[in-house]
Amino acid sequence: MTAGRRLLRAASLAAALGLWQLLTSWDVNLWLRFEQFPTAGEVAAALADRLRTVPYWQDLGHSLRRIVLGFVLAAVLGVGVGTAVARSRWAADLLGPLLEVVRPVPAIALVPIAILLLPTNEQGIVFITFAAAFFPVVVSTRHAVRALAPVWEEAVLTLGGGRLRVLFSVVLPGALPGVFGGLSVGIGVSWICVISAEMISGEYGVGYRTWQDYTVVDYPGVFVGMVTIGALGWLTSTAVELVGRRATAWLPRPAGRAASPAAFRGGGRSPARRGRELAAAPSTALAAAPRKEPVP
Amino acid sequence: MSSATPATASPDSVPPATPTPATPTADSASPDSASPATGAVLTLQDVRLGHADGPALPGTVTLRVAPGELLAVVGPSGCGKSTLLRTLAGLLPPRQGRVAQDGRAIAGPAADRALVFQEDALLPWRTVRANVELPLAIRGMPRAERRGCAADWLDRVGLAEHARKLPRQLSGGQRQRVQLARALAGRPRAVLMDEPFGALDAHTRAGMQDLLVDILRGTGATVVFVTHDVDEALHLGDRVALMGTGEVLDVPHPRRRDAQHEPGTAALRRRILASL
Repeated sequence: MTAGRRLLRAASLAAALGLWQLLTSWDVNLWLRFEQFPTAGEVAAALADRLRTVPYWQDLGHSLRRIVLGFVLAAVLGVGVGTAVARSRWAADLLGPLLEVVRPVPAIALVPIAILLLPTNEQGIVFITFAAAFFPVVVSTRHAVRALAPVWEEAVLTLGGGRLRVLFSVVLPGALPGVFGGLSVGIGVSWICVISAEMISGEYGVGYRTWQDYTVVDYPGVFVGMVTIGALGWLTSTAVELVGRRATAWLPRPAGRAASPAAFRGGGRSPARRGRELAAAPSTALAAAPRKEPVP
Repeated sequence: MSSATPATASPDSVPPATPTPATPTADSASPDSASPATGAVLTLQDVRLGHADGPALPGTVTLRVAPGELLAVVGPSGCGKSTLLRTLAGLLPPRQGRVAQDGRAIAGPAADRALVFQEDALLPWRTVRANVELPLAIRGMPRAERRGCAADWLDRVGLAEHARKLPRQLSGGQRQRVQLARALAGRPRAVLMDEPFGALDAHTRAGMQDLLVDILRGTGATVVFVTHDVDEALHLGDRVALMGTGEVLDVPHPRRRDAQHEPGTAALRRRILASL
């Protein structure tokens, strides 16, 4: 990113904060009412205070633990179920209708079920987080597996590979770009749901703390909670994004934005060596992209 | 090969397609590996081709491919050349008739019959080396051994220094060379090639033909090579099978670059072009 673009991004953020500070410190009260609203400065001070307390970090740890557990469960089961449904007609008939009926139910509406089913609140919150991420992962995995080029599977079959080989050498790696699309959506929905679930039934966690602050009219505290949720959400989705980009480094990317997988580089070639190569193999220079040619 | 459009046509009306075992020409290697039962590696007997969910192709195919032979298959578009190869590979069951390798019916794809595709069939997430190692890994060869074997094959196709690259970092011609290396690394008994050089420009294509001739030497592999290019068929094939008429013709001077002006080759070329 160029320095100019960085500056623009920083300026946009600073302008939003500045506007907030102005509206709240002047107690602007037009149609929107800013008189009860804490100023940016108050929120910053509250955040600085909270950062020095142990409960803040405990809450953060609780929320992170819940989201990691729920999300990893959703990723593993989602990829498994999505692949099974896409690859096996039996699994599609067995699980497909069930998935389609449960999918439209918002994960947060499953809170009563979680309370009824699971012995502890903690498990209930993890369950909600799991349910939120599970469906985006299943749906994107199913689509990605169905969209795989048949030629990859046929190549492995004619090299002697069996079903398991096809699964691990073709289906799972080939579906990865689509799977990560689902994981990115999933981690975002998981955050929304873990915070909501904590607000409803948590005993610790960022969502619980934010709701507590609201009930005791500690408005700067509510904003500290929001800032924390935003930062953690950004952190987790960036982590998923980075892992995804690394796992799919083989995908063609527009020039200049390539992930530059150093391991895949062939190593520098001397001009003399390159000249020899061109002389020995004239076939490399003019090769066109594969396409089906008309048969006379 | 006998491909009779009305099913009633007598196979006898097409003399070169009689079920006599094909005689390998002087250039083809290792007749000792012939199956004693039939003398052919690949056999199609009265096979009707077609996808299970589509109409069957007209006519039936009867064809024998001798050990070490390179049989070129030419024919007009849509006549079922690719379907023939996919049936031989075991990816597609025949609608009727018998397809066999070394006398045993082909029930599904196997490492014995490697397929080289026209399109890019390398796994794009695997390095060039890992692609070539694939058939060896499937066979359960230990890592160190298969690394050496893959390096050897990449060297043969002139891509030793590209081993750690991804397929997308290579040109189309280089990717086809990797496909060749991958197909041959598993030491298959038969290699089925579906217009492998069809997407390449003329210059690259000639280089690939020479490379193919070069690396097939000594492998003893039996090759069925589908192409729409009559000159390519005449250059590479020991015999040329015409998919439309069912004729199988001997090529007088297989794999000789200077043979295209010889009277025998020129006459055969005219005959093939006339029948297409």
